[in-house]
Amino acid sequence: AAAARVHEGATPSPGRSRPAVVKIHPVVVASIVDSYERRNEGASRVIGTLLGTIDKHSVEVTNCFSVPHNESEDEVAVDMEFAKNMYELHRKVSPSEVIIGWYATGYDITEHSVLIHEYYSREAQNPIHLTVDTALQSGKMSVRAYLSAPMGVPGKTVGVMFTPLSVKYVYYDTECIGIELLQKTRTSPSRTNGLTSDLTQVAGSAAQTQEMLSTVLAYIEDVLAGKVTADNSVGRYLMDLVDKVPMIPAEDFETMLNSNINDLLMVTYLTNLTQTQIALNEKLVIM
Amino acid sequence: MASRKESGVSSSNTLDSPVKQIQIEGLVVLKIIKHYQEEGQGSEVVQGVLLGLVVEDRLEITNCFPFPQHTEEDADFDEVQYQMEMMRSLRHVNIDHLHVGWYQSTFYGSFVSRALLDSQFSYQHAIEESVVLIYDPIKTAQGSLSLKAYRLTPKLMEICKEKDFSAEGLKKAAVGYENMFEEVPIVIKNSHLISVLLWELEEKSTVPSKHELLSLSSSSSHLEKSLQMLMDRVDDMSQDIVKFNTFSRNTSKQQQQKHQYIQRRQQENTQRQSRGEPPLPEEDISKMFKPPQPPPRMDTLLIAGGLSVVLDKHLIQCDFRTLLIRRYCWFVPE
Repeated sequence: AAAARVHEGATPSPGRSRPAVVKIHPVVVASIVDSYERRNEGASRVIGTLLGTIDKHSVEVTNCFSVPHNESEDEVAVDMEFAKNMYELHRKVSPSEVIIGWYATGYDITEHSVLIHEYYSREAQNPIHLTVDTALQSGKMSVRAYLSAPMGVPGKTVGVMFTPLSVKYVYYDTECIGIELLQKTRTSPSRTNGLTSDLTQVAGSAAQTQEMLSTVLAYIEDVLAGKVTADNSVGRYLMDLVDKVPMIPAEDFETMLNSNINDLLMVTYLTNLTQTQIALNEKLVIM
Repeated sequence: MASRKESGVSSSNTLDSPVKQIQIEGLVVLKIIKHYQEEGQGSEVVQGVLLGLVVEDRLEITNCFPFPQHTEEDADFDEVQYQMEMMRSLRHVNIDHLHVGWYQSTFYGSFVSRALLDSQFSYQHAIEESVVLIYDPIKTAQGSLSLKAYRLTPKLMEICKEKDFSAEGLKKAAVGYENMFEEVPIVIKNSHLISVLLWELEEKSTVPSKHELLSLSSSSSHLEKSLQMLMDRVDDMSQDIVKFNTFSRNTSKQQQQKHQYIQRRQQENTQRQSRGEPPLPEEDISKMFKPPQPPPRMDTLLIAGGLSVVLDKHLIQCDFRTLLIRRYCWFVPE
């Protein structure tokens, strides 16, 4: 844990830069939503710790876990032992993740949040505070991030101001593909979706490419017919697109395709052969 | 090419298993992907535990947590303790703390090993409905999420229980490499709030979707590597076959030797009798000729099973790529 820092009245040290962008992985928000769904009876919101990595200008949130807490009108109690324990356990799996802040569900920042933020300032330098509006108070599930800054008259009334940061979603490639698959569950009535077989996926990708092509074609037709004014930047993109198709003479292309097919047929043949071999071997050796 | 028999794993419709379908929450999928991405670069496997509950004949997986990698420095790291602490903590926040299985990543499809068998057996023994989820990150990166759930067939469970891995034991249970694992179909289910989240993400995300599937040449390196793995396995298999051949040759040679010895003994005895001397004592033949050790059959089975799973994957991949290329052929400008 970081060394203790008294937050009230202290000014941020000049060497440390304050992050401007918060990059979030979708798994974090999904986790938060899941813990909100599993909250205790009577609790209106859940809180938890955010784990991730800090860059010079941005903070990347890659993991989180929820922390049990009790909140009532006048007091708030957070199970700090639990938080410490969980952090240790998580460190065993990914030693590079550090505590970078905390999250709370809900739309507003309450006074209790200030206290909790105080606690987290002891665990991490400049913790960020994330709110996920799971109750959909603002009409959609908005995810916002804040940094705290002291404000007020030093020595007299001091307070804490939460300055908003911009939130960006980042994905690994594989995460992208996972999310794409999950998106399909939105449309089915029982919110379920089986894992698609390879062929259907190829068909899906092909359909998407076709759609994109038809959109582009429609735009070009409109421009030619004078319905839409031509945009130079779009024109440049189109030029790049057309240039990317390599100029290969037809015979070369055919030979390339054929040799590729030959390779694949050979692999198919070999795999069939090996499969028969295994079956034979079993019959001879074991039975 | 139209109809393909699923060799290597039999579908669970034909077997009478307690679990007919697996229902996974989107969160679990994301967590598994993230775990591999962050901690599992290279050919190391990452593992973790699945949590959830059993509803009728469905196994619902609602959460999961990763296991740290085995490192040499952490010799005193207690896995059981880690697991217990994790589960206790998760129970505090109302996450299902019932173990229902475990997940593992695989490298080009080679996941059938003794370790996997042992782990899955202990899981299935303790909790009847547990499964092992195999996540293939390389195939996923190519465009389609590859997550499969396997269980041991009841026959294999029997064998493991009795630890009778000899050839007779296997023959008795009639377990071939095709009946080792059964695959259970997976369905992804998301709650309403997660659906809301997905709508949000769709609006905000600016990442274009990749279409690796349609690329004609990009996976040639993958094909090469897969074939390499295949060759390694076939090598293992042939070594095993050689071992078995030597064993059978040794046994038959020994039989001959025994026979000869008995004959010689009898001859000597008749000679002695004719000379009036007491016959030589009958020695315990079995002690003299120790039968050679039969090679363990389990490994053969495992190799065969692993091979067939990999082959299946290959076939499917090759099949649709050939299909794709044949379609492309129509559009090649003449």
